[in-house]
Amino acid sequence: MSVRNLPPLSLHVPEPRFRPGDEADFNDFDMPVAGAVARPDIAVNPADIRDMSYAMVRVLDDEGTAQGPWDPRLDSDTLLTMLWHMALTRAYDERLYRAQRQGKTSFYMKCTGEEATSIAAAHALDHDDMLFPSYRQQGLLIARDWPLLDMMNQVFSNKGDRLKGRQMPIMYSVRDANFFSISGNLATQYPQAVGWAMASAARGDTRIAAAWCGEGSTAEGDFHSAMTFASVYRAPVILNVINNQWAISSFSGFAGAENTTFAARAVGYGMAGLRIDGNDALAVYAATLWAADRARSNHGPTLIEHFTYRAEGHSTSDDPTKYRSADESTKWPLGDPIARLKQHVIALGIWDEDRHAAMDREVAEQARTAQREAEKLGTLHDGLKQPFDTMFEDVFEEMPWHLKEQAQQMADERRAAGI
Amino acid sequence: MSASDVAGETRTMNMIQAINSAIDVTMGRDDRIVVLGEDVGFFGGVFKATEGLQKKYGKTRVFDTPISELGIIGVAVGMATYGLRPIPEIQFADYIYPALDQLVSEAARLRYRSAGEYTAPITVRSPFGGGIFGGQTHSQSPEAIFTHVAGLKTVIPSNPYDAKGLLIAAIEDNDPTIFFEPKRIYNGPFDGHYDNPVQPWSKFPESAVPEGYYRIELGKARLVREGGDVTILCYGTMVHVAVGVVAEAGIDAEIIDLRSLVPLDMERIAGSVKKTGRCVVVHEATKTSGFGAELSALVQEHCFHSLEAPVQRVTGWDTPYPHSLEWAYFPGPVRLTEALKRVMQD
Repeated sequence: MSVRNLPPLSLHVPEPRFRPGDEADFNDFDMPVAGAVARPDIAVNPADIRDMSYAMVRVLDDEGTAQGPWDPRLDSDTLLTMLWHMALTRAYDERLYRAQRQGKTSFYMKCTGEEATSIAAAHALDHDDMLFPSYRQQGLLIARDWPLLDMMNQVFSNKGDRLKGRQMPIMYSVRDANFFSISGNLATQYPQAVGWAMASAARGDTRIAAAWCGEGSTAEGDFHSAMTFASVYRAPVILNVINNQWAISSFSGFAGAENTTFAARAVGYGMAGLRIDGNDALAVYAATLWAADRARSNHGPTLIEHFTYRAEGHSTSDDPTKYRSADESTKWPLGDPIARLKQHVIALGIWDEDRHAAMDREVAEQARTAQREAEKLGTLHDGLKQPFDTMFEDVFEEMPWHLKEQAQQMADERRAAGI
Repeated sequence: MSASDVAGETRTMNMIQAINSAIDVTMGRDDRIVVLGEDVGFFGGVFKATEGLQKKYGKTRVFDTPISELGIIGVAVGMATYGLRPIPEIQFADYIYPALDQLVSEAARLRYRSAGEYTAPITVRSPFGGGIFGGQTHSQSPEAIFTHVAGLKTVIPSNPYDAKGLLIAAIEDNDPTIFFEPKRIYNGPFDGHYDNPVQPWSKFPESAVPEGYYRIELGKARLVREGGDVTILCYGTMVHVAVGVVAEAGIDAEIIDLRSLVPLDMERIAGSVKKTGRCVVVHEATKTSGFGAELSALVQEHCFHSLEAPVQRVTGWDTPYPHSLEWAYFPGPVRLTEALKRVMQD
């Protein structure tokens, strides 16, 4: 026993502020002022913008007016297309959430409340930039105008599923949209994005890479290896952390949010770090464009923390009322990304309530039509699956003898059993 | 056939030189090939396998990395996604575990999960195995961890000629390959008699290595010695232990060097065991769930009616690799001789 006259040690286990039954109260949230953060030159030395990792870039103010140097000054077409893509993503999510509840697939994940973090980012990137998404970035595909039908075929694992029913729903892979195959293991795409960007730089290409992960996944070793490599080789990559406050039932404190920001992870690596209002599509667009221009000009990587809120459960397998206050999402001080962009375009005089309502009807119809088409090709449990022997394909480029033997064995056993 | 397709003149090489030559030859033929790993650049690797390559091909094709095996493999997968063909080096096989998720869940499954949209044609080189007093962190043989993973190939050469031909085939293969290099035999074969001086490769015919391009197909075992009484299945360092023991014991054994574990040359194995009726499986790795268990099961499945004795396994013990007790751990001549006696008795 120590003879020091000290109280016993105590272990700090983080605890979120609000649990079920608590009234969520964000009155003490220190709302960053829209337009208040300076916009540095893209060639800035990361050491000179360390404070930006602790601030928050916001463009849209409470009235929906774009403020300050980060206003990307987008034309009406781009604004309304972003709004449309966000609404379409929400409608798509609604359809598939319901389809899962109807037993048409095993699993689904919505991105409600986080649409801007994917869609505005995709709009700020070039189409041939390579995207390394996590599992809640369906907005990237929708922003790249990838057909909902193809996405739904994947979710239903039906005959039209290009991935041959091998991946859980939502783990898309779309090479034609420069969208990497989604892994269920978290943050694995981070070092891969860095490697892709390093290759692009080594080959003297012009394309850059962007990756997404959740704030919870920043605790993975992959995140830190990726940060090290990106920093060491000054890789042309944008590393996005979607801080939606919750990793299933674990609040962001279990990834270190009580102690610092996620953008501040950049500081230790000597990397440019931006912390932005992830529910502000204009801030997301502007930050992504800044980071992209920086990467394209050989000034290296940027870490962007998108401060947002996961308005729904983690997935259809999750019930958030079991671990967090029910009114957290409605009281979220940074609002809803679609409502905020809508307010902005209405304030600009290029949009109105009627057109918005018409858009909502149209995107709902678009999702409904796609679902109808997808269901013609089958849903998970209706038997319209891929042929069984496709299971053995694509393990290797050429099938080795042991897999041929196993494929034959499966066929023989099924035949013998009369299946 | 272009000039670069020619095997050309042979030169005496040890295994390090043969491996270096394989990388050099393939890099000269295909500018998508890049080499990355700890100390592989300016220094040329702690075993010198990449010596001179950075000078020849430049820093964007041969470069040092942070000490992060996870990062090395993760970045290699990303580079492969871009269209390059990376050859990451893991300095010792014992260090590969931080990269397991990137190998097992990513590289190995990328082709499958994306239905061929994305692939990971990477060749992970790593020195493995004991016999150099490397203790438990510089001696392990983790091949069975990788043979257990669908989508990975695992290749282990036993001499300079094979090392070059197999490595070229692995680099050109469109699937991820684990290429384990038995470091004890980098400079010369090792029959397990650790008190004897090392015989350099130059005294052995397998050191005659073509300077140019040639491939040894993955999945084709090498018949080291033809025999009629018993089949010895082995790979890497243990091939030389088997050769030594068979010569000393005067047993008419058939020795098969598997060269690659996945894909496996089952035809060669089954043909031999059906002829001899007896089989001993030898590897340096720990016994339980080792690749010898797979070989033993396959022999039983394919050759049951030809077997005259239970398959014997000669392996490392199920303990970590002990530093000072290395030679009690290493499955050397004494243990193989005893196993051969047992299998011949039945």
